[in-house]
Amino acid sequence: METSSVIKPKDGSAILMVGTVKGAFLLTADAARQRWQLSGPHFPGHVVYALAYDGRVGRRRIWFSSAHYAFGATLRASDDFGRTWTNPESHPVKFPEDTGAALKQIWQITPGPDSQPDTIYCGVEPAALFVSRDAGTSWSLVRPLWDHPHRPKWNPGNGGMCMHTVLPHPTDPKRMLIAVSAAGVYRTDDGGATWTANNKGLRADFQPEKYPEFGQCVHKVDRHPARPERYYLQNHGGLYRSDNSGASWKDIGKGVPSDFGFAMVAHPHDPDTAYIFPLEQEMRCGPDGKVRVYRTKNAGRSWEPLTKGLPQKSTYETVLRDGMAADSLHPAGIYFGTRSGKLYASANEGNSWQLIADGLPAITCVKAVGIGEQRSAKTAARRIAVKRAPVKKAALRARPKK
Amino acid sequence: MPEEVLTITFIIPSYLRVHARGQSQVEISISATTLAEALAALWLAFPGLRDRVLDEQGQVRQHVNIFVGDDNIRDCGGLAARVSDGCEIMIVPNIAGG
Repeated sequence: METSSVIKPKDGSAILMVGTVKGAFLLTADAARQRWQLSGPHFPGHVVYALAYDGRVGRRRIWFSSAHYAFGATLRASDDFGRTWTNPESHPVKFPEDTGAALKQIWQITPGPDSQPDTIYCGVEPAALFVSRDAGTSWSLVRPLWDHPHRPKWNPGNGGMCMHTVLPHPTDPKRMLIAVSAAGVYRTDDGGATWTANNKGLRADFQPEKYPEFGQCVHKVDRHPARPERYYLQNHGGLYRSDNSGASWKDIGKGVPSDFGFAMVAHPHDPDTAYIFPLEQEMRCGPDGKVRVYRTKNAGRSWEPLTKGLPQKSTYETVLRDGMAADSLHPAGIYFGTRSGKLYASANEGNSWQLIADGLPAITCVKAVGIGEQRSAKTAARRIAVKRAPVKKAALRARPKK
Repeated sequence: MPEEVLTITFIIPSYLRVHARGQSQVEISISATTLAEALAALWLAFPGLRDRVLDEQGQVRQHVNIFVGDDNIRDCGGLAARVSDGCEIMIVPNIAGG
């Protein structure tokens, strides 16, 4: 591992953005993703819950939230891969005075669809959605969601009253899905003017009513960019898939050692593939002292453990809800970071793993991207079309053996 | 009768000095009777300090302590604490654990 003050990725490289409880780290590697260069800690001592890469309209901007234990949470950005960062005089994301609320933490930063290159969203604690329409210069609270009649009845999970998932539709700017612990999934189809609870079929084991309209402790949701009506969801107990934009959810939790966990990652190119890191409920660690990622390649009908290169004995690791990510390269890189500060990478879709950093502070967040190959709906749709095209037998015979 | 002009010295913690042109102490002459009025003058001179000391509801952040002289303002009226000519106002983060 090479350590430097700043990473220098080239086109076709992967970038890993890692948030910890004591600062952020940036890593890069070429397309082979075997040798990594690391910079950081950026803003040592700050809690970093959210990072994002904005590659729209030629930008190469990294966003991250930094929360100082005394002086509050703010948003920073770098256009030179961490050589310099903004440090705004005024915290950009602030609750209006009439709400009586004060920002505790920024949990999620999500660029809007490609058709709105200056739109960016933040999901925050206390649970609320903020939007910027000028590429992050100014921010405003999405009032209809804040004023939703359900909101006073939402309850915080152990992590806080947080909006941890923000998923704008990749092509229709009027549609978006968000998730809150412990309120559940909400969706807008009209640009945020109205929001409906989308929790049909999601279990709430910790309540007398097991299938309420809202109140579920959803831990993470992810979607495939080229099949945006499909979502995968890791619940506080339960794995789910929706094929109708969240209107209803189907249990896909058979075949895993535990259906509890935090992270959920959709494959960047294949809508039938997703990754989870199952945890047992008491310790919130991988069951049986093993470090195992589970993968489905058939939309949740079955799951397989991915263990090559991962400890399989007396190892107790926790991966938080934003602690796992996929890049946009081919084959897809899959990554996860643990609360014990270990960062693992797979350059072959999870088939084998490599420990690429150890001894980091507790990892809260891992985000990944391929430079010059950002995960866009158009690109992903093209790749799926290629994948589904009929393959001639002669072409199959000509394929080299792996 | 003209209001009395006070000279107040603010002690700036190291983390916030980037927002106070690197200064550890800032002396400001103002007409003020309360801490809130004194701080308003400080924000005017150094706007980057405000959001780091107060939240968006105007409350002193939970883990920030402000002393007027030797007194923690939480024990003497909060932002309504009285200030006087020549007093020192110290802004300091709570001691943190690991």
